[in-house]
Amino acid sequence: MEHEDRPELRHHFADVVQQRNAASLGMWWFLGTEIMFFGGMFCGYLIYRRAYFPEFAAGSISLNLLAGTLNTAVLICSSLTVALAVRASQLGRRKQLVNLLLATIFFGVCFLVVKGFEWRKEYTEHHIPTFYFNAQDMIQRNPDLHIDPQHAKIFFSLYFALTGVHALHMIVGIGIFGVITFMAWRGKFTPEYHTPVEIAGLYWHFVDIVWIYLFPLLYLIDRRGP
Amino acid sequence: MAEHTEHSDHIMSSSFYWLIWAILIAATFLTAKIATIDLGMFNTIVALFIATCKASIVVLFFMHVKYTSEKMTKAVLLAAVFWLLLLLVLSLADYSTRYAG
Repeated sequence: MEHEDRPELRHHFADVVQQRNAASLGMWWFLGTEIMFFGGMFCGYLIYRRAYFPEFAAGSISLNLLAGTLNTAVLICSSLTVALAVRASQLGRRKQLVNLLLATIFFGVCFLVVKGFEWRKEYTEHHIPTFYFNAQDMIQRNPDLHIDPQHAKIFFSLYFALTGVHALHMIVGIGIFGVITFMAWRGKFTPEYHTPVEIAGLYWHFVDIVWIYLFPLLYLIDRRGP
Repeated sequence: MAEHTEHSDHIMSSSFYWLIWAILIAATFLTAKIATIDLGMFNTIVALFIATCKASIVVLFFMHVKYTSEKMTKAVLLAAVFWLLLLLVLSLADYSTRYAG
């Protein structure tokens, strides 16, 4: 009996392959709901960007392009370490797997630190959409754009909602990878059973993809100026 | 490039993943550079095109969709993308024609 010599195989699955496909499919369904979740915000963003383009352009220019590009690169590096970690688990290389998972967590934390510095800069510039919101610097820097502060506020509301929810997903991802790293360190994964590494990897790649779209949509709206 | 184990796992060589990484990094710096060149309305289109290429590469190779034998995975992915396009295209079509004339 296959169930007796495989403690990781739950009794309601016929074999390991079926169990793994079911787990993987479950994660894909979850990612489908995540696409719907982010899709609504992206849709709102696109509609307002069309309606208030000058304010969105001015707001986008006030963001730090270097920090945005760097963070995109950091997330791509983390996706590489995740892909290599899944490979290490397929090959049963425990030490390499733990190191790659730790590297992923490191890149994730790097991303959040850079994002934190960016938010701090926006706080000191009074760009957080509260009672203290102030668009005077954007008006002065773009005299020919006719900036309406209320519309600029909408850009920053969407900016903080999108990057905030994305950062929340990063924090959750780092937590998941912390657990996976602990399991890998304890030697829970073998070439036959490494489903948790695989589906946690799917989640991480998805969060990377969200940022791949956020980067051009938020940072690169109108960088053509001198 | 891909070899079979007993559970038909596709194990890619690590140099293949490094190649994918190099392409994604190059595309990131390329899109940041292109954004500074004035292409008129094509700036947004090029930026979103590059983003879609990058996302497709991540889905196909890092998320192994290209090598999966599970047709359901592809069906779920296509259904989710289709839903997203339905939302974006119909909403934007509505907003861009509503106040016309």
